[in-house]
Amino acid sequence: MYFSKETLEASEKLSRKSSDEVQKALKNHPEQKKRFSTVSDAEIKRLYTPDDIKDINFAEDIGVPGEFPYLRGNQVTGYRGRYWTFRMFSGMGSARDTNARWKMLLREGQTGLSTAFDFPTLMGYDSDSPKSLGEVGKCGVAIDTLEDFLELMEGIPLADVTTSMTINPPATILWAMYCAAADIKGVPLSRIGGTIQNDMLKEFIAQKTFMCPPEPSVKLISDTVEFGTKYVPRWNTISISGYHIREAGSTAVQELAFTLRDGIEYVEDVVRRKGLNVDDFATRLSFFFNSHSDFFEEICKMRAARRMWAKIMRDRFHAKDPRSLWLRFHTQTAGCSLTAQQPYNNVVRTTVQALAAVLGGTQSLHTNSLDEVLCLPSEHAVEIALRTQQILAEETGVANTIDPLAGSYFIESLTNEMEEKAWDYIQKIDDMGGMVAAIGKGFPQMEISEAAYRFQRQLDAGEKTMIGVNKYATDSTHPIPLVDIEEKVGEEQMRRLKDVRRKRDNKAVKKSLDDIRNACKKEDNVMPCCIEAVKNLATLQEICDVYREVYGEYRDPGLY
Amino acid sequence: MDATIKKICAGDVRMASRLIRDIEDKIPEAKAKIKKLYAHTGKSFIIGITGAPGAGKSTLTDALIEQLRKKNKTVGVLAVDPTSPFTGGAILGDRIRMQRHAEDAGVFVRSLATRGALGGLSQSVGNAIHVMEAMGKDIIIVETVGIGQQEIDIINHAHSVAVVLVPGMGDEIQTMKAGLMEIADVFVINKANRAGAMQLHTELEGMLNLSSKATDGWKPPVVMVGDAFEPQTFAADTAALTNKIEEHQLYLQESGKLTERMHRKAMTEIHDALRDSLFEPIVNSLTTSGEMKRFAEKIKNRKTDPYTVAEEIAQRFFKHQEEK
Amino acid sequence: MPERTIRVMVAKPGLDGHDRGARILARCFRDAGFEVVYTGCHQTPEQIAAAAVQEDVDLVGLSCLSGAHRALFPRVVELLREKGAADITVIGGGIIPEQDIPLLREAGIKAVFTPGASLESIVEWINSNIKPH
Ligand SMILES: Nc1nc2c(ncn2[C@@H]2O[C@H](COP(=O)(O)OP(=O)(O)OP(=O)(O)O)[C@@H](O)[C@H]2O)c(=O)[nH]1
Ligand SMILES: [Mg+2]
Repeated sequence: MYFSKETLEASEKLSRKSSDEVQKALKNHPEQKKRFSTVSDAEIKRLYTPDDIKDINFAEDIGVPGEFPYLRGNQVTGYRGRYWTFRMFSGMGSARDTNARWKMLLREGQTGLSTAFDFPTLMGYDSDSPKSLGEVGKCGVAIDTLEDFLELMEGIPLADVTTSMTINPPATILWAMYCAAADIKGVPLSRIGGTIQNDMLKEFIAQKTFMCPPEPSVKLISDTVEFGTKYVPRWNTISISGYHIREAGSTAVQELAFTLRDGIEYVEDVVRRKGLNVDDFATRLSFFFNSHSDFFEEICKMRAARRMWAKIMRDRFHAKDPRSLWLRFHTQTAGCSLTAQQPYNNVVRTTVQALAAVLGGTQSLHTNSLDEVLCLPSEHAVEIALRTQQILAEETGVANTIDPLAGSYFIESLTNEMEEKAWDYIQKIDDMGGMVAAIGKGFPQMEISEAAYRFQRQLDAGEKTMIGVNKYATDSTHPIPLVDIEEKVGEEQMRRLKDVRRKRDNKAVKKSLDDIRNACKKEDNVMPCCIEAVKNLATLQEICDVYREVYGEYRDPGLY
Repeated sequence: MDATIKKICAGDVRMASRLIRDIEDKIPEAKAKIKKLYAHTGKSFIIGITGAPGAGKSTLTDALIEQLRKKNKTVGVLAVDPTSPFTGGAILGDRIRMQRHAEDAGVFVRSLATRGALGGLSQSVGNAIHVMEAMGKDIIIVETVGIGQQEIDIINHAHSVAVVLVPGMGDEIQTMKAGLMEIADVFVINKANRAGAMQLHTELEGMLNLSSKATDGWKPPVVMVGDAFEPQTFAADTAALTNKIEEHQLYLQESGKLTERMHRKAMTEIHDALRDSLFEPIVNSLTTSGEMKRFAEKIKNRKTDPYTVAEEIAQRFFKHQEEK
Repeated sequence: MPERTIRVMVAKPGLDGHDRGARILARCFRDAGFEVVYTGCHQTPEQIAAAAVQEDVDLVGLSCLSGAHRALFPRVVELLREKGAADITVIGGGIIPEQDIPLLREAGIKAVFTPGASLESIVEWINSNIKPH
């Protein structure tokens, strides 16, 4: 029992007494709302007391940092040893433009790189594909061949900086480019570090950046895990992402549950398909969560995630290495919470969300820029966002002690409650035969749709508030300068691509594409062939077309 | 010939879809157009696809389109989805699966909402089929959700009906209950890679052997179609399905059963037209005049009975017609 | 004259898959009593225009969050005109900077809804601007 008998008795007695007072108070001053709830619509009580967490077993359920269940963190010294990584997602226009932005960020104290690719790259199309009309360089950097990639990495010390690449269906190819770049620069694969997002399940569930059906998509992911385990040990080959699930309108619990269930699916597949031992690769799995506006709910979600993953790895997969039980995660503040109206308010939202991520114990953080809802972030806006993190880390003192909210009646109770609800979802998906099967049934998609629709209705009805949108809206605007990507980036990119196609050895390209095709058909690991192909200057789409041909194309089932 | 009709017969999609819209919206002129169009209809082969919600009908239709296009057949698709009884709105969700054919001039996909049609498939479907026939489509596929009356009604509109089942959904029993046994010309066991597919196959065969169909000259074949996400096998399976449907078409033609079905279809059309020309106008006029309410009130209070009321209405109506 | 039911198409041109808004709109339109055809993500302007004509919708609502609206929205209008379907109203929404709106309006996009527009306001716009004939 977490509390002594005396404490619980005293608590109960005081609660009873206070409850009379509450009734009196309510008579004179009714509360502002009938029902108080989180952004995710989970009901929150007026007061939490020892009674709410009386069943907690301190050692098993809370414990200390660095020990099972890792509720309070993986590292025994927390942020005192090292702050989270300040990692700002960036990418725009051409490789050269993005390279310049990166160098600025590194100068300003950013400690890791994070790449945003444009939509053609994300979807596996070259810049000159008809599908790419109007998209080239718009939401990130355009990469067609290794030549673009080398320009992107120009002057970046690959052995010292870690790079995160937000890339999914063509993850094998972009990672192959990174490996090829290291090779060309003479940096051994064992020295490079970073992350590829490479999480296809959440694409089917939420973000819809897909190419091949779920089953072969998971196979390609297992290829990267295997290759990383053998040759690129410092690389996180999957970033299992809840971020996009949340952006699609899920609740916090859905984000938590679906993300962890995705993780389970990946682990199962690697173990089954590749015959690896979980301890061989578990440390290479990382996670990625959203930090939304409901401060406590977010903190509890992150704490629950750590404890749940530790249990999953220990009890479901029988991992032996304590480090396999660690859930390490990156966080991004919630893009969907930002408003185009009164955009400067976004700085405040982002600050609170970032604080939640820090109190939730994130390992790495991207803070959104105030203009991100309108366009690509301007340099000034990015600077404010980065400074937000630095202020939190170095001025506010929130990083002085580890997991400072632990033991709070409310925090522990909400953490437990979210964990319980997430287990229910995981059980449901297990019963359906796993996440690929659940996706086939449209289950997670529909759950999210429902939640998103409910939230929008509540917003329209004024039951939920977004300042500047459905409350305190004003006509006066303080315009912010917008970043505009010129259409000529696309033209320039097409010219480069044409050049490459002319000068490369087309026979070698064809052979390496054939090799990839064969590897796909024989279920071999595609990574070595991909590295060879990108070195021969095969384009991103050429390789993706091989995948599409062998595995088939997945089209939007359009569930609503 | 009427300019619109001429254009539709030349395959004009814009005109055709506008006329279908007028039919759905019950614009009186539409009826006149159908009259003129009628001589140009009746040459297409009409395939009905029905089954439980989410059975994969639209995905199959999409694959059938692909197979038929390979054989240079032009295809029209009418995809019927239910109207929400609460709001009168509908999300027409079938098209999304066939969107890759959007730009193919040989394919015309049109979504229809049931709009609470009285008795079975909406009459609009029958007329929309005529529009597509007039356009000269070789094959017209009608997708309907198999719940209740509608799935049975499809047989009155289509020449060949494919019933789609999925293992593990308790479909065997539903099939019996819903009378699907009676209407199926071809059975599809979809998602046949799933557990229970073989068992479903065996049970179906068993039921078929017991039914009168076993001796009828055409015993409905059971076609297994594997996972839509396996491009190679799915293409092969749906090619086999296409062949089975074509075999059935041939059987109908050679056995003379096609004329039988066309006769049945004509009867349905008369029924529908009667309902449209007689029943609905009467009901509508009684409703708007408020008489319907008064009749109901009288019946409720046992001042009269429904038959007397009906006779009175009928008499009044026929007299009215004579005077005209 | 019988009342016509409004038919609308919700379409997502371009490569971005952020369909939260599009799907919410599809449901909201159904609840408003419209018949809704949803195309799904990753559609080309050609696919959208062809589908709009086949479905005889009164309105096409385009949603794009990738910044490609400047190229894609006007293209849909252009293609509808080519198909003799200039009377199909096209509206757009998504992450669309204020400064792009005049350009889109000029290209024939009848209304542009930016983030924060309430569902009600969109339905209201349709009800007062779309008169099927
Ligand atoms: N795993 C798997 N999923 C499939 C298969 N065929 C269809 N689906 C999925 O099942 C869902 C429903 O498919 P549809 O083709 O729309 O089914 P439907 O019978 O037309 O559905 P309604 O028109 O809504 O009644 C979609 O999400 C499809 O992607 C299949 O062979 N295997
Ligand atoms: Mg369907």
